[in-house]
Amino acid sequence: MRPVSSWGRLSASAHDVVSFNDPGQIARLVASHPGGIAHGNGRSYGDVCLNPEGVLWHTIGLDHFIAFDQSNGRLVCEAGVLLRDIQRLVIPYGWILPVTPGTQLVTVGGAIANDVHGKNHHVLGSFGDHVQRIRLLRTDGQSIECGPQEQADWFAATVGGLGLTGIIVNAEIQLRRVAGPWLDTETVPYANLDEFFTLADDSEAAWQHTVSWIDCISAGGRGLFMRGNPTDVDDRPEPKGRKRTMPVVPPVSLVNPLSLRAFNMAYFNLKKWQAGRAVSHYESFFYPLDNLLEWNRMYGPKGFFQYQSVVPREVGQEATQAMLAEIARSGEGSFLAVLKTFGDRKPVGMLSFPQPGVTLALDFPNKGDQTKKLFERLDAIVRDTGGRIYLAKDARMPRELFEAGYPHLNEFIKYRDPGISSGLSRRLMGS
Amino acid sequence: MAEHCARLWVHGQSVDLTLVGRDASRVERVAADLRVRSPQSEIRIVQSDFLDTKAIRSTVDAIVTQGDVDVVLIVHGSLPAQSECQDNLEVCSDALEVNGVSPVLFAEAFAKHMGKANSGTLALIGSVAGDRGRKSNYVYGAAKGMVTRYAQGLQHRFAGTGVKVVLIKPGPTETPMTAHLKGQGPKMASAEEVAQKIVDAVDRGQLVVYVPGKWALIMMIIRHLPSFVFFRMNI
Repeated sequence: MRPVSSWGRLSASAHDVVSFNDPGQIARLVASHPGGIAHGNGRSYGDVCLNPEGVLWHTIGLDHFIAFDQSNGRLVCEAGVLLRDIQRLVIPYGWILPVTPGTQLVTVGGAIANDVHGKNHHVLGSFGDHVQRIRLLRTDGQSIECGPQEQADWFAATVGGLGLTGIIVNAEIQLRRVAGPWLDTETVPYANLDEFFTLADDSEAAWQHTVSWIDCISAGGRGLFMRGNPTDVDDRPEPKGRKRTMPVVPPVSLVNPLSLRAFNMAYFNLKKWQAGRAVSHYESFFYPLDNLLEWNRMYGPKGFFQYQSVVPREVGQEATQAMLAEIARSGEGSFLAVLKTFGDRKPVGMLSFPQPGVTLALDFPNKGDQTKKLFERLDAIVRDTGGRIYLAKDARMPRELFEAGYPHLNEFIKYRDPGISSGLSRRLMGS
Repeated sequence: MAEHCARLWVHGQSVDLTLVGRDASRVERVAADLRVRSPQSEIRIVQSDFLDTKAIRSTVDAIVTQGDVDVVLIVHGSLPAQSECQDNLEVCSDALEVNGVSPVLFAEAFAKHMGKANSGTLALIGSVAGDRGRKSNYVYGAAKGMVTRYAQGLQHRFAGTGVKVVLIKPGPTETPMTAHLKGQGPKMASAEEVAQKIVDAVDRGQLVVYVPGKWALIMMIIRHLPSFVFFRMNI
């Protein structure tokens, strides 16, 4: 047994960790260490990848490519391969992962199980939209091949299925053509939410990637809208990609009301100064935080919460305004506040997070009850508007909000593997 | 460890690589991965017994008939529980053979060909455990100590020739072999990090290299501790 934390560092419970290094050995290890949950690179924030006092099946050793067809962009790989390794392999051949989240340090298995999304949801949907086939191993030894056409029910349960339908052993992904590693980008400052929504509406047709940083302590909701399109410039040297590491866990969170005010003001004005068109490398545009390794340490020993919700577009502006007002009232603040519109697309998985609307992601240092009280007020807004909270980031939402937000839950339950359990599944599904 | 070295060797270049392993299906999985990473490279696999001298000889002879070898990296090993080695002579014997005798036999078989060709780099994996016998793993340490002495001798034999012999001594590294030790004691080095150091050492033809480098200092101290201090330590 050893302590394991997820990315939010909210807990460090003991886990019996078992490493999968060979797909042929998984069934044997699962039989000798039952009742676990697959754990990839541990980048989800809450308890979806944890199983306190129980078994964790580490999949990071399943890091082998199986096949890559350069002519049609089909890639088959084991579940523990990092998205970073896929990007580095395929981009030189003119292919790219169609959808990637804000960090490339996640595994393929984790990306499927949480059906992650990126800045281009309005064009290409979520990660699961591009998965062609999944090999799933049930803890009773049964092996299931599923995809959008074959065994489509198993596929819909497994994409976004939080690792609860079986162990994802390998997957086939359809990549997308790309000219090179560069993007044509534009940063546009906005003064309030009205301007944000106008920018979002105007950008969706012409820009593949859109996202915005919002200054959540400003009254009106000012921020920076960033949009990008792949470009074929090829005369630039690759960036050096210098990595820095947050060297220690400071005794208190470095993110506090005082530092936040200074941070946000400096960040907004600096970026406003640099606003306009630029050519960016995909790593710095998609994964700005990956260059600061272990950045989650800056919230101190108590860790931090992410609160990511999506609410329908019709009520998106009022709901976002109301949430920002609650945050301002609470005196808490979030530095990594991200506001983005999702496209009007049907989700792939039964428990997939993205739905048509507006998503707001916020992070808060863990201050115990004070933070939880704020979340309750935010929950009320999400509940009233028919929204939902992202399970990959959640560590605390009440069960009734989960049930209200995920209407296909009852259907999903039928596909659960009774030999798999996580902290999140016990908290929100009772087993 | 060997696999991460291979990933570095095939990265962005075309190489001829032969993988030798005990379990054909496991080697095939590694080969498929390397072929995806480097479609232009030639990746062959050979299954061999690692303890049978005839099998080792014929495996090595077959490989060198494909052409002169530039680099040989011998990495195989297993980490036995010291207590089991003490209780069961069979486990003890296996540990000595797999970690000591077998790598030496492979190296000796290659050395014959490389000496004739007067070129190539032969890299062996020793261990910090081979530097001084400690009660916690002296059987494994004895086998690795054998590799160390053997490498020294081979370096002497090939001094002034075109053949280079590199001895790598990793500290505790995160590999399948040490997965059960993770989380106990100090943080282990990652296999990628160690592989990068191995590849660099092979490029330079360095005689002895500790990875990570701090182990050179740690082991120098451990080697020189007087017995009356050393015997009080629980290491």
